[in-house]
Amino acid sequence: MSTYRPPPPISTMLMRGLFEENPVFRLALSLCPAVAVTTSLKNGLMLGVAVLIVQVLSSMSGSLVKHIINPKIRIPVFTIIIAIWVSAMDMILAAYYATVYQEVGLYVKLIVAFAIIISRMELFSMKHNVVPSFWDGLGMGLGFLAAMILAGSFRELLGSGSIFGIAVVPFKPLLLVVLPAGGFFTIGLIMAMFNWVDLKRGHKLPSTTSGCHG
Amino acid sequence: MADAKVFSSNQILVSGALPNDVGAIRLVRTADADIPLAVTSVKQGEQPNSFLVTTAETLSRQDHYMLTAGGANQYWEISPSPLALLFSVIIGSALINNFVFTRYLGLCVFFGVSRNKDTAIGMGITFTIVGLLSGMIAWTLNTYALVPLKLEFMQIIAFIGIVACLVQATDLVLKKVNPLLHKKFGIYLVLITTNCIILAVPLLNATSGASFLEALGLSFGSGAGFAIALFLMSCAIEKVNMAPVPVIFRGLPIAFIIAGLFALSFLGFSGLKVA
Repeated sequence: MSTYRPPPPISTMLMRGLFEENPVFRLALSLCPAVAVTTSLKNGLMLGVAVLIVQVLSSMSGSLVKHIINPKIRIPVFTIIIAIWVSAMDMILAAYYATVYQEVGLYVKLIVAFAIIISRMELFSMKHNVVPSFWDGLGMGLGFLAAMILAGSFRELLGSGSIFGIAVVPFKPLLLVVLPAGGFFTIGLIMAMFNWVDLKRGHKLPSTTSGCHG
Repeated sequence: MADAKVFSSNQILVSGALPNDVGAIRLVRTADADIPLAVTSVKQGEQPNSFLVTTAETLSRQDHYMLTAGGANQYWEISPSPLALLFSVIIGSALINNFVFTRYLGLCVFFGVSRNKDTAIGMGITFTIVGLLSGMIAWTLNTYALVPLKLEFMQIIAFIGIVACLVQATDLVLKKVNPLLHKKFGIYLVLITTNCIILAVPLLNATSGASFLEALGLSFGSGAGFAIALFLMSCAIEKVNMAPVPVIFRGLPIAFIIAGLFALSFLGFSGLKVA
């Protein structure tokens, strides 16, 4: 077990997930859903909220059980914890939001395989108590949600000319953006934008060979 | 019961005696047997004693249909031939609906491993094998244990467990049988656990109630499609690494743009019809 370190202040934990370590654009984790369901803002929002809740609950449960699990089998245990919360989430969404669930259902189930959740449990919950784990999970979840909203509104606005299904743009929408290819372009451009903002602020770019797991 | 098959997108070729009366024929999809498909005409076929039944709706060669005439006395079941079905599912999941480029699954491993051609090939092969095995085990478990016992809500947990165990087992076997290969692919083997495709295939099979052949096709096709995507991407990335890419696009952003271009070209496969 690693030595105990005091958790960073709440604001740092929240902002870290939103910007510096944004799960989608910075860490390049959990990319699949970020491209897949962001064809409309509504779908993106729903999956974002689902991930946020699962992340917070899993982080907290991971933190709660950290003393009783053998470190050697922590990965399977974490996976099962996540799978339990995802199953619960899946059933709730299927019951209450049947229409949206039809479109994003598969990706809700696949939250299990999201590297971001397990990596936060591994990197943070294992070393900290329940309350800091809550804030860390909240920050990461919000970062993911923000990424989904950003990509979702961009693609819905350009691709369908609407926001939340309400038409706002008078011109003919650019179909390419809602096609699979458009998702890749959108994420690529937003990532480049993050890099650009970083350069402008005088930060160094993260190494180009950033690791990507899951 | 005589022979019948889907002849074209709206015609069925039936051999046997058929009343020359549209009203006496009832055509349904086996999946929703309550909804009759509108039959517009019945014509004598080229062969003697064969008939062409034309419908207003579009038929699929991969679907199952049931044709009855003159009450329930005469009926024909129309099902796709097993080989054609397997082939069409494999082509469908590997090219037309490539898991990486049109369903965006497995992206993380995809971007992580596609920097080098050799690694891409190795990962592609490893993944295809593990994917095929896990897909089949998951299908068997789902069909013979989870569904009969009404434990479908356990699907996610069961499938992820299968994948994790299988990866661990493959890891052990590979370490013993071929340590050199293990040294090279061990790390990717672990990554497979968090690859969405390997979990998505059993889930898709379970949701669609796939038959054994369909599950086999999807498991193999998804792995093959992933391997193809990985290889193509690694070829492109090796070239891009030598090109003067703008600073802010270096690394992942440009990889995403390239993937987008590939996705665009894979759209061309959507016109591909498997006969």
